Formats: sequence, structure tokens, C-alpha cells
Amino acid sequence: MLDLAVAYNRYKFLGYEFLTWLWHRIDTQNHETDSPDDGVFQMGNRIVLENRSREGLETITIKGDDAGFEEAFIALRKGAGVSEANLTYSQANLKWRFTLKAESLAISNLSFPETELVETKEDLEGAALNRIYLCEQIIAKIETLFQVFVKERLSDAWETKTRPQISRWMDR
Amino acid sequence: MGLLSSSVSVSRYKVNGKFESSAVESVFTGLRKNCIMEIDQQTDEKSAGWTSWQTPFQPDFRGSSFMIGTYFLFALRIDKKTLAAKTIRKHCSLEIEKRKRENGRGFLSSNEKKLLKEQIVQNLCRQIPATPNIYDLIWDYEKERLWLFSTLKSANEELEALFLKSFNLSLVRLFPYTQAVLASELSHSEQDRLLQLSPVSFREGSHA
Repeated sequence: MLDLAVAYNRYKFLGYEFLTWLWHRIDTQNHETDSPDDGVFQMGNRIVLENRSREGLETITIKGDDAGFEEAFIALRKGAGVSEANLTYSQANLKWRFTLKAESLAISNLSFPETELVETKEDLEGAALNRIYLCEQIIAKIETLFQVFVKERLSDAWETKTRPQISRWMDR
Repeated sequence: MGLLSSSVSVSRYKVNGKFESSAVESVFTGLRKNCIMEIDQQTDEKSAGWTSWQTPFQPDFRGSSFMIGTYFLFALRIDKKTLAAKTIRKHCSLEIEKRKRENGRGFLSSNEKKLLKEQIVQNLCRQIPATPNIYDLIWDYEKERLWLFSTLKSANEELEALFLKSFNLSLVRLFPYTQAVLASELSHSEQDRLLQLSPVSFREGSHA
């Protein structure tokens, strides 16, 4: 394995590509065939894009519950990558909201489906176990998605299928 | 940041290795040896150590209180005293003038000023209480993974150092490269491809 400090910088582009791939996947996925147990990812209320060029770093932030992503598509077409995305994941009547950062894959502002109030010490342990379970659920989903992305990124289908699809989606 | 907060941040780690003897005993010993030390009324500026997730101001790891279900659950606590530079400057200035009057020389050498500043910082540190920061963590020993409920660089760095010191096991933070190599079940040929991989532009026919 490479030196971790070197690898962090050398491969942070994978995180940017992952979030762009994920946005495309969310935007174009047909959810009608999903069973209720599958759960659905959706873009949340904030997205940050970065464009590195010779002139320096350009950052584009779009936020707001009703914000359109037109400017984000323009930035994508100019070569920007998604550096941070707020996302939601819904499964049955449960909903998680969180922000995923491209370069570190760190999860921030993670809010969980509502749970019962804690009143006694026994409640506290039950609440902790429940919270761990809810963490497990969302982290497993994110890690599975990243695995699907990496496998696709390292396959021949990336150049022949995925990248052209994303390129056409950006030009929509 | 606590596991039960309404909103949390999570840094994910892979734990390298296992204990040779009982995991519960080894974790208990590591926690006790590196339990948080109180620094109020002392000259130390900072203290970092383990504490209990339920009683972070009265650490107690007896009775497997650091276990929940199949997980280890405890917290990293970092106590820090923050002195404003302007406060230090004020106290130094007053003390320098006082010493000048006392020694009759009308000046202090740079070495004397340096020692004086160290004394002043220590005295001020003794007078102010430390601010505690608590970061819960979940350790799934069997699956060799750990989640720290913070994405702060300082908390992550402190965790990595203290974990190694306490348990003699190292942590590898999961970011795009490590997530791909350690947790994506890549074949040998996929690993070889990963080594050659470079960024692409999503514009057709171009590389970034």
C-alpha cells in the first residue's frame, strides 16, 4: 500500500469523480423498479463544486431547498468536480440527511430518522444501540455505493459506457 | 460530539490487527492506563485521554461499561486551556516593568523575558479551567473498524496517536484510496489498474 499522506493527495480525485458519478446516478436512475426495501438516495439542499485551473481555484456553492442546479451543470461543463454534496437517503419511512466530502469521504451533519426520547439509563443504552444501527445502515449504503463506483471506474465499461453517459447528461 | 446528538459527523477507520489475549481485558487496560487526566489548577495547557461515554466527566470503565452489544463504546476527551495572546502580552508587559524597577538595570535580557513569559503562561494556566471536548467513538472489534464522531483534524490526529499508544494497534483512516484498497474487495488486476489511475474529465475524449 502507498504511503497514506501521498495516497490521500494522489487519489482525492477519486472522491470528486465519485460524487459526480453519484449525482448522475441519482439524477438518471429509474426508481420505479426499486422495491421499498432498497431505499433511495436523493440530492439534498447543498452542493459545492471546484474547478482547478491555471488561474487558481474556483469554488461554486449552490444551496437552498428549492435551488436549481443549472449553475452547477454549467460548472460541470467547464470542468468542475463535485467537492461536497448534501444528500438524503430514504428507506420505507426512515430518512437520513448528510453531507459527503469528496477528498476525505468524511460524513458530516448526519441527521437520523426520528427516534424515541431518552428518559432512563436503560433508554440510553437502547438509544445508543439504535443509533449505532442507524449509523451502520447509512455507512454500509455509502460504502457499497463507493465500491460499485470503484469497480466501474476500474473496468473497461468506464471509458466505453459510463463516462460518455455522464458527459451526455452534463450537456442536457 | 456525541453519538446521541441530533446531528453528527463521522470519520471512519480500519483497525489494523487484533489482540493476542482477551479483547475486553486489553481494551479495559488500555483505557485505564490512558484515562483523561484533570488539569484544572495545574500548569498544563492540554490533556487528552479516554473517558466513559455515559459519564465523560467521571471516567469509569469498570463492569464493562465501555461495551454495548458487540461494540466497544467510549470517548476521546481533549481538555484545553486557551489563553488569549493579548492577555499574555498584558501580564508580560506589567511584569517586565516591575522587574526592571526591581533590578535597577532598566532592561531585561531576551532570555530573562523568555523565562518570564513561560512563568506567566504557567501561572495563568493554573488559574483558568480547561475546556473539555468529548468525541464518542464506536469500535467494532470483530469487523476491525472504528468510527470517530468528529471530522476535526485535531481530534483525528489525537485519536490516531492515543489509540496506538493505548492498544498497540494502528488506525488507517478511510478516504478514497484506502476505502478502495482496504474495503472494496478489488481483484489483483483491479489493484494494478488503481495504481495506474489518473483523473479524467467527464468531457468526452479528454483527460483532466
